[in-house]
Amino acid sequence: MNPERPSPVEQSFAKLRSPARQKWQSMKKGAEPAILVGTATCGRASGALEVFKAFQEQTERAGLKAHLIQVGCLGHCYAEPLVIISRPGFPAIAYPRVNPVIASLLVRSFLIEGDPPIELMLGAMEENDSFPTVWELPRFRLENRFLLRRCGLIDPENIDHYIANGGYEGLCSALQKEPEETIFLIKNSGLRGRGGAGFSAGRKWEICAHTEESPKYVICNADEGDPGAFMDRSLLESDPHQTLEGLIIAGYAIGASFGIIYLRSEYPLAEERVKKALAQAEEKGLLGEKILATDFSFRVSLFRASGAFVCGEETALIHSIEGKRGMPRYRPPYPAVSGLKGKPTLINNVKTLSAVPHIVANGVKSFTSLGTEGSKGTMVFALVGKVNNPGLIEVPMGMTLRQLIFDLSGGVPRGKRFKAVQIGGPSGGCLPEKFLSLPIDFESLKEAGAMMGSGGLVVLDEDDCMVEVARYFLDFTQKESCGKCTLCRLGTWQMLDLLADITRGKGKTEDLDLLRELAEDIQAGALCNLGRTSANPVLTTLRYFRHEYKAHILEKKCPARMCRALTAFYIIPDKCERSCDACVGSCSMEAIKTGRGMKKIIDQEKCVKCGSCLGACPPKYGAVTKISPLSEVPQG
Amino acid sequence: MNQILKKEEKIETFMRDLLRAFPRESGFLIPLLQKIQETFGYLPREAMERAAAHLGISEAEVYGVATFYNQFRFHPPGKHPVKVCMGTACHVKGASVISESWERRLSIKIGQTTADREFSLDRVACVGCCALAPVSVVGAKVHGHMAPTKVDGLLLAIQLEKEGKKLSEP
Repeated sequence: MNPERPSPVEQSFAKLRSPARQKWQSMKKGAEPAILVGTATCGRASGALEVFKAFQEQTERAGLKAHLIQVGCLGHCYAEPLVIISRPGFPAIAYPRVNPVIASLLVRSFLIEGDPPIELMLGAMEENDSFPTVWELPRFRLENRFLLRRCGLIDPENIDHYIANGGYEGLCSALQKEPEETIFLIKNSGLRGRGGAGFSAGRKWEICAHTEESPKYVICNADEGDPGAFMDRSLLESDPHQTLEGLIIAGYAIGASFGIIYLRSEYPLAEERVKKALAQAEEKGLLGEKILATDFSFRVSLFRASGAFVCGEETALIHSIEGKRGMPRYRPPYPAVSGLKGKPTLINNVKTLSAVPHIVANGVKSFTSLGTEGSKGTMVFALVGKVNNPGLIEVPMGMTLRQLIFDLSGGVPRGKRFKAVQIGGPSGGCLPEKFLSLPIDFESLKEAGAMMGSGGLVVLDEDDCMVEVARYFLDFTQKESCGKCTLCRLGTWQMLDLLADITRGKGKTEDLDLLRELAEDIQAGALCNLGRTSANPVLTTLRYFRHEYKAHILEKKCPARMCRALTAFYIIPDKCERSCDACVGSCSMEAIKTGRGMKKIIDQEKCVKCGSCLGACPPKYGAVTKISPLSEVPQG
Repeated sequence: MNQILKKEEKIETFMRDLLRAFPRESGFLIPLLQKIQETFGYLPREAMERAAAHLGISEAEVYGVATFYNQFRFHPPGKHPVKVCMGTACHVKGASVISESWERRLSIKIGQTTADREFSLDRVACVGCCALAPVSVVGAKVHGHMAPTKVDGLLLAIQLEKEGKKLSEP
C-alpha cells in the first residue's frame, strides 16, 4: 500500500477515528477532572449506582464540572465499587470499596482541596513521584490484560472511546486484505476456541469459508452457563465493541453477511450494552450496508437465550435459534459445514472473537509472544471461592495455579488450608494441592483430568467436602441434561443418587467402583460434551480424594464437616462465656437455649445447621464448633 | 368472575397486537414466548395457544419448547420475586442454607408462589456476583453476603414498607 495515498477504507475510517481521538484527548488532557465509576453488574451489586449518584450530587453541589463516566469492570470484584479519579496535576488514582460517604469525602478533599486521601487509595494508575502505584500490587503486576485491556477504563456505551483506543483498527485492516489472508493470520496465531474444547479457531474459519454454500452465518456464543463463571458477561458489559468487531471480521473472513449474538438471558445489562453497541456501529457505518466504503455488508441481530446450559453446545444452540428444544445432535456434519438452517455456520465464543481484532490489527506476534507452545495468548479466569481477592484475572497461558491463587488472588482467607481448585465448571475437575505448580494450558489440564472449560476457577479450602462438591456439579448437569441420550439422562441420575447417599452417610463401599464404572461409561458413550464431561468432577475427586469418600462411607464422617447430615453444631460448655448472647441472637430458628449456669446449648432437633452461631460467637471465645460424625456429639 | 374475564381479554388484546409483529415462522417461537413472559411475568395457557395457532405448530410443541428452557414459568410470579443464586461460589458458601431459610420463612418450596402472590421463590444458576456469595436477588436488587438472619431482615423490611414505615438501610 502506498503510504501517501491511503485506501478508501483507511480514508473513511480516518473520518471516524480523528474526531474520536480528539474527544478522548480533550477529556484526558482537559481541565475538568474525570471520575470513572465501575458499574458493571458486580459493581452494581455492591452499590456502584448509589456511589455514582453521590458523585453527581456532590460535584453539582460544589459547582464542579467533571466528566462522570460509568465504566465497565476492572475485574477486581473484591474492591467494588471501584472508582478511578483523574484530575489535572495528579496521576489517575483508584479508590476501592467506595460508598456515598467516601464519595463526598473524595469530592471535597481530592477534587476541591487537591489533597487525595492516601489511606483510602488502592494506588495510582500511572507512575509518579508522590503516590504508590497499583503496579506495586502483585495483582496488577502479574496480570497481562490483553482482552480486558480497555475494560473498566472506557465508557462501554460510547463507541468513540473504543475507537480512540485502537478500536476497529482490526476491521479497517482486514477489509483492506483478501478474506483468505485474515483466515491465514488467525490460523497462524494459534488462537484456540475459548469456549471449552480448545479447537483451532483458524481451522474452523477455514472449513466454514471453504464450504460452498450460501448464505453463511456467524454466531457469537455468549450463553455463559457455567455456574461461577462471568468473564463473557464482564467483557460484553465493559467493552462490547471489541467482541462485535471480532464478529464482523469473522463474517468478512468466511464470507457471511449475517451474524447473531446468542446472549444469556440472565444478563440484562450486557444485553442493553450490546444493543447500544450495535446501534452505534451501524450509525458510524461499521455495520450494515457497505461497511467502511467497501462492498461488504453485514448485519447482526441479538438472540436472547432462554437458560439451558446444554445450549452452549453448538448444535443445541442452533436448534434453539431455530425455535426448537435445545437438544444436541450427532456430529458430523459440524455446524461449520451444515449449521443454522442447514447452512455453514461459524460459532465462536465471546473471548475467541474478542481476541481477533488485536491479532488482525497488531499482527500474529502480539498474540504468539504470550502463552505456551500449544496454547497461545492469554486466558481470562473468573477466580472465586475461598480466596482473599476474588475477581476476573487475565494471565498468559502457562502460569501456575500457585501464582494465580496465592500471588494474584491473595491466597486462602482466615489462615485456612488450601484443599483443591475446581477448574472448568461442571465439565471440569478438582485438582489437589500437588497440582499447584502445574502450568495451566489446554493440554496440561486435560492430562490432569480437568478441563479449561470457559475459565471458571473455584478455590476450595479445608472446610469444603469434595464429595459434596462432586454431588453439587452432578446435580447441576443432571438437571441440565437434555434427556436425549440414555447414558447422560439415566447415568447422571444414577451417579447423583449414589453421591447423595454417600453425603448422607448411606453409602456402601462397592458404590465407589460403581460410580467409576458409570462415569467411564458416560464419558465414552454420551452424545455431546455436556454428557461426556459430566463425569469429570466425580472422576477427579475419586482419583485425588478417595479417602474422603471412604470416611463418609466407613466412618459416617465428613472430614470437612460440610455434609449436614453427618455434622452437628455444638457449643463447648467450658469455652462459653455465658453472659454473652451472640449465638442466641444469631439463630433464626431459636434453637439455642440458655441452660444451667447461663451456658448456651444447641437443641439438635431444632438446629438446621446454618452455621450462623459459628460466625456469631466471638473468636476470642470460639465456643461453637462443628462435630462429625454425629456419634461424637457429647450428650446432655 | 369479572377479574377472570378481564384477564382473558387482556391476553387476547395483547396477543393480537403482538402477533402482528411476528412472521409466521416457527423460528420466532422463542422470542415470541419471551415477549409474552416479559408482559405477564409468566406464560398464560391462552397466550401459548394463540402463539401455536399463529406459527402453525401444535400446542404440544409450544409447550414442549417452553418447558425445555429454565427461563419460562407457567404460574404468575409473586410481587417480590426472590431468586436464590446456586452458583458454585454461592454453593460453597452455603447457598442451600439460604434457600432453605427462604422456603421456611415463606412456607413455599423453590418454584412456588405464596398464596397471596406476594412472593415467589426460584433458584438461578449464577447471577455472576460470585465475590459477594452467597447471593439472593429480591425484585431487581442483588443482596450479597446472605445469612438466615438477613433473610428475616429483608422480609421484615418488605413488611414494614408495605405498612408504610421506612426502614433505612445501614
